[in-house]
Parts: sequence; structure tokens; C-alpha cells
Amino acid sequence: MTQTAVKLSDAAIRRRMIADFWYHFKQNRGAVAGLVVFVLLVFAAVFASVVAPHDPTMQYRDALLVPPVWQEGGRAAYLLGTDAVGRDMLSRLIHGAQYSLFIGIVVVSIAVIGGILIGTLAGFFGGWVDTVIMRVMDVILAFPSLLLALVLVAVLGPGLLNAMIAIAIVYQPHFARLTRAAVMGEKAREYVTAARVAGAGNMRLMFRTILPNCLAPLIVQATLSFSSAILDAAALGFLGMGAQPPASEWGTMLAEAREFILRAWWVVTFPGLAILISVLAINLMGDGLRDALDPKLKKG
Amino acid sequence: MIRFLLTKLLYLVPTFLGITFVAFGFVRVLPGDPVLLMAGERGLSPERHAELSHQLGYDKPFLAQYFDFLMRLLHGDLGNSLVTKKPVLTEFLVLFPATVELAIVAIILATLIGVPVGVLAAVRRGSWFDQVSMTAALVGFSMPIFWWGLLLIIFFSGILQWTPVSGRISLMYFFPPVTGFMLIDSLLSGQKGAFSSAFSHLILPSVVLATIPLAVIARQTRSAMLEVMGEDYVRTARAKGMSSGRVVMVHALRNAMIPVITTIGLQVGVLMAGAILTETIFSWPGIGKWMIDSIARRDYPVVQSGLLLIAAIVMIVNLIVDLTYGLINPRIRHK
Repeated sequence: MTQTAVKLSDAAIRRRMIADFWYHFKQNRGAVAGLVVFVLLVFAAVFASVVAPHDPTMQYRDALLVPPVWQEGGRAAYLLGTDAVGRDMLSRLIHGAQYSLFIGIVVVSIAVIGGILIGTLAGFFGGWVDTVIMRVMDVILAFPSLLLALVLVAVLGPGLLNAMIAIAIVYQPHFARLTRAAVMGEKAREYVTAARVAGAGNMRLMFRTILPNCLAPLIVQATLSFSSAILDAAALGFLGMGAQPPASEWGTMLAEAREFILRAWWVVTFPGLAILISVLAINLMGDGLRDALDPKLKKG
Repeated sequence: MIRFLLTKLLYLVPTFLGITFVAFGFVRVLPGDPVLLMAGERGLSPERHAELSHQLGYDKPFLAQYFDFLMRLLHGDLGNSLVTKKPVLTEFLVLFPATVELAIVAIILATLIGVPVGVLAAVRRGSWFDQVSMTAALVGFSMPIFWWGLLLIIFFSGILQWTPVSGRISLMYFFPPVTGFMLIDSLLSGQKGAFSSAFSHLILPSVVLATIPLAVIARQTRSAMLEVMGEDYVRTARAKGMSSGRVVMVHALRNAMIPVITTIGLQVGVLMAGAILTETIFSWPGIGKWMIDSIARRDYPVVQSGLLLIAAIVMIVNLIVDLTYGLINPRIRHK
């Protein structure tokens, strides 16, 4: 048997990697289902103003606490009913998807960028740089994340932007730790030495040579953080420290609905269900990503 | 072992100092003037304001204030609440048992259900039980527990009227706290119906608080079991003709429990964060609700010391987990 080496272009290699990834990803039915829901969510968020039947802040004074359409007293104009000031639940939920995706993207971006920078520095240089950085990360990790985020928001002032910054700060050490461990593992490998001998500077070594080989665990962690960010931001909103009314953020909607829990089940049930479904979909995707990207972590 | 313990303890010193710095620093930069807050509605003259600031040390430089804070901390003085004027530590010690009771019941619930479910799912890998339970675990893991609590209230308190909506015990009963744990105190009081009242108040909050740890423990137990069951010694045990029940219980489960115990221990932080939400929903008078209320009232010393105490507790519990891990797994100790 003779093997002939085929020289592939970079683009071809990339295409093969993606095909390989997709092959493993679609083995996991849950992950595919999660992806479908996530795509729908993105669609709802992007085209919210087209898809939503009503303006999410419009208060219909003749339709206060109207139940969902299938229940007695429900109206076809308000499929999922209205809240205490007559705003359409469905429209608010659709617009709420914008908040959740936005929160996820912003929080994960800040946490990933910060964590990668800090973790790469610590892992690459080692010594006292590493010690100092990792001690600081330990301090952040010593606090329960929601509590620390709460106090941070109290310092910065309640609001969505501050809530996102607070959550990102709290999540950042996880990325720093992962990056550090991966960088330390890769640093001693031959290809890094080869690059160094070839004259690559520290910056190039850190970010062009080593980092791309450490991405798999970071991507998985980023997916999990995306869903946790949605959960924590909703929790902060629920506690009155996140997005402020009349924003149609799901946690804030729940906080406003609390006093009606025994009178109007729908104002409480739907926002929470929206949070649960989004978080679940992203976590399912995360499981699939982990299986496809990292065979070592593969469950069972 | 002693050496292992000492290195672990030594590692904690800088972390603990960091925690004190964070707790102090954050609260120092909180908006609002503590002296004005203390004066309340009446307000006070600029001279009196300066005098009070000086008295309380608020006019000193930041680092000097931090040093004072550390010194007082070493003497066990965590300051007084601006609102109730009582020492923070006293308030904390009154409320802490309520949170501990809730957390202990929750973690017992999560372990008693999570471990057997995880084991069974691993043993019957691929069966409908495995699929249903792991789907349920992922749902539990993704659960916004503040909403879950509200749903349970709607169903069990609203529709079925089985359980009370809030608090730790019905107002009908009164007895002095002995242990601070309502379940035990109500039994000791000897009052008829007190225990069942305390118990019915505890059910929903503990179920809510147990949800995420339960899901995590079930998933972790399953994957730990699967890993162990592929090991040579399990195969050897099977080959020797041992019954599969014995293989699972004696050989596999024992070894799989090592990472599971760590996971259970690490849930303390999750429980503390969960307690904030759970206690708010059920008006449970514990430290989670206390922290939320104090942040809303801008009660600096409480937020500061509460943050410090909670972080210290999480840290100590994690240390204990580390040490037990070293005890059951000598390989860790000698690394």
C-alpha cells in the first residue's frame, strides 16, 4: 500500500475540519435540537419588530391581564395574554430575546477577552507574574458569583450595562484559569520551541503560535458561560438590580409579575419558560460542542 | 498529612487578605454617604457631619481605613449595622442557622436523589431511564430557580394549598430558639403541630435550592461511574464471576464517589448564591435575604462584613473538601 501525500490548501484544511466537526456534532440529537432552538431565538431577536404582533411597550388600557387565547376570556389579538398594564406578553417575550442574546454576547466577549489575555500572560511567563495573577483570580472565585455580581452592581448602580460588566468580571477567572492551564501544557511542545528558534517574538508565540491550539476548552466554557450569563442577568433583573422596567428583559418581567402570581399565572409562567428554554438550548449545544471538539472529554 | 494541611492553610492567607480587601474596597466606593445615612431623615449640620466622619474614621485615607478595618477584624469586631445599630456579627449569628438549615436539607435531598439516579443511569446506559433522567438533569441544571420557586408556590400553595407561601414557621407557634434550627427547636418545644408546621415551611424552599446541585450531582455521578466501570479492576471483578450488583456497589461506586464527594462539597458556593434567590422568594429569614435587604438599604457595614463572612465560609468549606479529598485519595496528598 502506498500513500501519496496530498498538499492541501489552508482553506481546504479548514473545510475538512468544519466537516469533521459537523459530523461529530450532529451525532448528538440534543445538540442539534438546541441549535435549532438557538437559531429560532436569534431569528426572533433580529426580526423582533417585524415578528412581534404589538409594540412591546404599548399599554392597551382596555386589555389588562387578559389570559392567553386558549383560556376563557382570552383574545385572539393577544395570543399569550397581556400583563397588568395591558402590554402584549408575546411581543414582550420576543423583544426579550434581544436582551438575552445581547447579554450573552457582551458578557462572554468581555470575559473571554479578559480571561485569555490574563491567562496567556500567566501561563506564558510563569513565575511571580503567574503567582500574582492566579491569587487575584482565586480571590474573585472565593465569592459566590451572584453575590459578588450583586455587590458590584450596587457599587456601579443598577442597570443592564453594569449588570453585564459585573457578571463578566465574575466569569473572567474561569477563562483565565483554562487558558493558563492550556498555555502551560502547550508551551513545552516542540512546535513552540521551533517557532522560538525561528525567531518569533513573545507576542507572536503567545497569540499566534500557542493560543489557537488552546481554543477547544475555551469554546466549550464560552458556551456554558453564555447560558449562565443569561441566567444570572435574569436573576439580577429579578432582584431589581439588572435591566430596569419597562425593559422587556425576561428577569425584569418576572419581577414585575411577582405580585400577580396567584391571580394571573401567565405573566409569571411565560417569561421564566423563555429563560429556561433558551438556557437549555444553549446548554444542549454546549454538550454537543464538547463532544465534537474534545474527544477526551466525551461523555461515555 | 500535617504538611499537606499546612501548605493548604498557608495558601489561604493571601486569598483571605484579598477577600478582606475586596469586601472593604467595594463597599467603600458604594455611592451614598454613610454618615448622612446614619443621621436619617433629620439631616445634620456640616460641623456635626465632619465630627461624625472623624469619629468613625471616614475622613482618613483609604489605606489607613483598610488597616483599621483589618485590626478591628482581628479583634472580632465586624462593625455595627447602620440601620439596626446592632453588631453585624450578632445579626449574622441569629440569621445564619436559618440558611444552614435550608442548605443542609437541600444538599441531603440533592445527594439522596442525585447519586442513586446517576448510578442507575450509568449502569443502564442508553436505556430510557438514562435518557429521561439525564434530560431532566439538564433541565434542572438550566433552571432559573427564582422562577421555579414561583411556579411551585403557584401550584402547591395556590392551587393545592398544601404548603405555606413564606416564612419558617406559622405565627401560631412561639418558642425561644435553642439551636437556631427550626426543625430541632420545634421538636424541643414540645408544642403540638409545631414540627409539622416548620417542616411544611421548609419543603418548597429546600426543593428549589436543591434543584441545581441535584442536577449537577446526578450528571457527575453518572460520568464518574461510567469512567470507573471501564477500568481493569472492574472487568477483573466481573471476570471472577462476581454478581453485577456487587461489582457496582463495592468496586465501582466506591471509586466513583471520590470525584462525586468533591462535587457535593463544591456546591456550597452554588447553595450560597441560590440562597439569595430562594430566601427572597420565600421570605426566608436567612443571610441571603439579609444581604439583599442590606444592599437595598445601603447598610455598608452589613454588606462589607456579610460579604467577608460568606466568602470566608465558602473558602473554609472548600478547604475541608480539599482535605477530605486528600484523606480518601492519598495520591493527591503526596503530589
